[in-house]
Amino acid sequence: MDASIEKIDEAGSSLWQDAWVKLRKNRLAICGLVVLLLLGLVSLLTPWIAPYGYEEQNLILGASPPSAEHWLGTDIFGRDMLTRIMYGGRVSLTVGLIATAVALMIGVLWGATAGFVGGRVDAVMMRLVDILYALPFMIFIVLLMVVFGRNIFLLFFAIGAVEWLTMARIVRGQVMTLRKQEFVEAAYSLGLSQWTIIRRHIIPNTLGPVIVYTTLTIPSVMLLEAFLSFLGLGIQPPQSSWGLLISYGVETMEEFPWLLIFPGLTLSITLFALNFLGDGLRDALDPRTSKD
Amino acid sequence: MFRFAITRLLQAVPVILVVISITFLLVHAAPGGPFSADKAVPPEVLKALEAQYNLDQPLWQQYMGYLGDVVRGDFGPSFKYPGRSVNELIASGLPATAELAFYAMLVALIIGASAGVFAAMRPNTMQDYLPMSAAMIGICMPSFLLGPLLVLIFGIHLEWVPVSGWGDAPGDKILPAITLGTGYAAYIARLSRGGMLEILSQDYIRTARAKGLSESLIITKHALRGGLIPVVAFLGPAFAGLVGGSFVVETIFQIPGLGRFYVQAAFNRDYTMILGTTIFFATLIIVFNLISDMIAIWLNPKLRQQGQGDN
Repeated sequence: MDASIEKIDEAGSSLWQDAWVKLRKNRLAICGLVVLLLLGLVSLLTPWIAPYGYEEQNLILGASPPSAEHWLGTDIFGRDMLTRIMYGGRVSLTVGLIATAVALMIGVLWGATAGFVGGRVDAVMMRLVDILYALPFMIFIVLLMVVFGRNIFLLFFAIGAVEWLTMARIVRGQVMTLRKQEFVEAAYSLGLSQWTIIRRHIIPNTLGPVIVYTTLTIPSVMLLEAFLSFLGLGIQPPQSSWGLLISYGVETMEEFPWLLIFPGLTLSITLFALNFLGDGLRDALDPRTSKD
Repeated sequence: MFRFAITRLLQAVPVILVVISITFLLVHAAPGGPFSADKAVPPEVLKALEAQYNLDQPLWQQYMGYLGDVVRGDFGPSFKYPGRSVNELIASGLPATAELAFYAMLVALIIGASAGVFAAMRPNTMQDYLPMSAAMIGICMPSFLLGPLLVLIFGIHLEWVPVSGWGDAPGDKILPAITLGTGYAAYIARLSRGGMLEILSQDYIRTARAKGLSESLIITKHALRGGLIPVVAFLGPAFAGLVGGSFVVETIFQIPGLGRFYVQAAFNRDYTMILGTTIFFATLIIVFNLISDMIAIWLNPKLRQQGQGDN
């Protein structure tokens, strides 16, 4: 008995090792990973390493281009842009992670239930997903933000609530195919309990696509947040996010283009890194799906 | 095919009903009435206003009344623009938005599909990597960043095109169309590359090659039709995205379109306008999804049979 469990563990780890080897060969994905790790680290340490205080103004200085004291320049209130971008990044990344976690939770539960129970329950659940797919979500988020006021918790929920659909579809498809695989049938015939099968066979095998899709959901969530903040319906001052910084930057871009360019660049690089890592993970973990 | 179209159309009816109900309930669950944001209004005036807009009736009665109006195609009066109906506002914003969406789609299809096909002709060479890297930039560059940057470069520094406006000066439609279209061009490039690669590995393409047909003939005559199916299937969802994207682009370039009206309505808490526009957009998107599904089925004989089977 012990020996057989060991064997399963070995097989499980070799799948992940295999993926890691493949991922390591993908230079773009590794670049993305490094950039993201750096970003995460900087965001975590922002209160200690930011060159200036978040609300520190210097009205005499006003808007100044990049210089030795202010690497990325200052805004019209003389606030250091690097500091602003670092603090904004904390908010943007937090929204990205939490809203994705909400989407992940709903999507996996919904998809796994539909796929596992099957039959009429599955039909009804997936029809509902189809219906929701057809709805104009951007509009609904705007609506939600208007109706319930602009607060950050609602933002998590609203974005998470619209991003779970694809996750549910992926998980359901995965569970459906797994359920019919020989090794699962073999596990049943060995007399393993349903819970053991779910834990040992279903979950580990759905993990790959879920991880891949999660990595790809984060950038689209961050984009949504930036989009809403840009329209003035997302993050509200005094809090800041990259989307909000970009929208301020647009207002003064004629005179002070760096106020638009630096936050824009930061957001784009982050989205790049996430997309490259996601693509790399997809190639490494889920060879069956093609690039799109 | 015909039966499929009918069933899909019939399915769309409950979906639209759900949209109307959810929107209606959400808007009515909103804290504070539509007039509470204004300066202090005497109670009797407020009463008269509420009576005028049927807000004094019980919710279900308002709902049934609204539903009846919507079925007749009447979205009611606007809360914020007295004397103007939501229908009028939608009608005045729609032409600009439709034109913008059309041009953006044109940009996306022409650039996206040709880049994708071009890349698929020599996979994993520079001819593949360059357009695909460009596509990645297109995907990671949100419209609210790309638009202002384009304005900064081509509008302000080079002064080639007007900075904003719609139909006021020659060339002022170029930047908005590019801004809105670029992201979709990028997606379409990736989709058409994937689709073409799959088709180009098929046996019938090998047969065509064996017959000695030229590569360009193979691509145009044999591969394109199948290779672009994923693109066609994407057009419906893309249209939904275009509507959302038009919010930003119309705001940046000050285009008097539906998207800008919607965002303004959201800020003004113009509830009837929000309701009307949401329902209008939702219906439009459902119809477009339907059309793009139909075209995809028409293009793909395999799906044609399946479509009759299930659904």
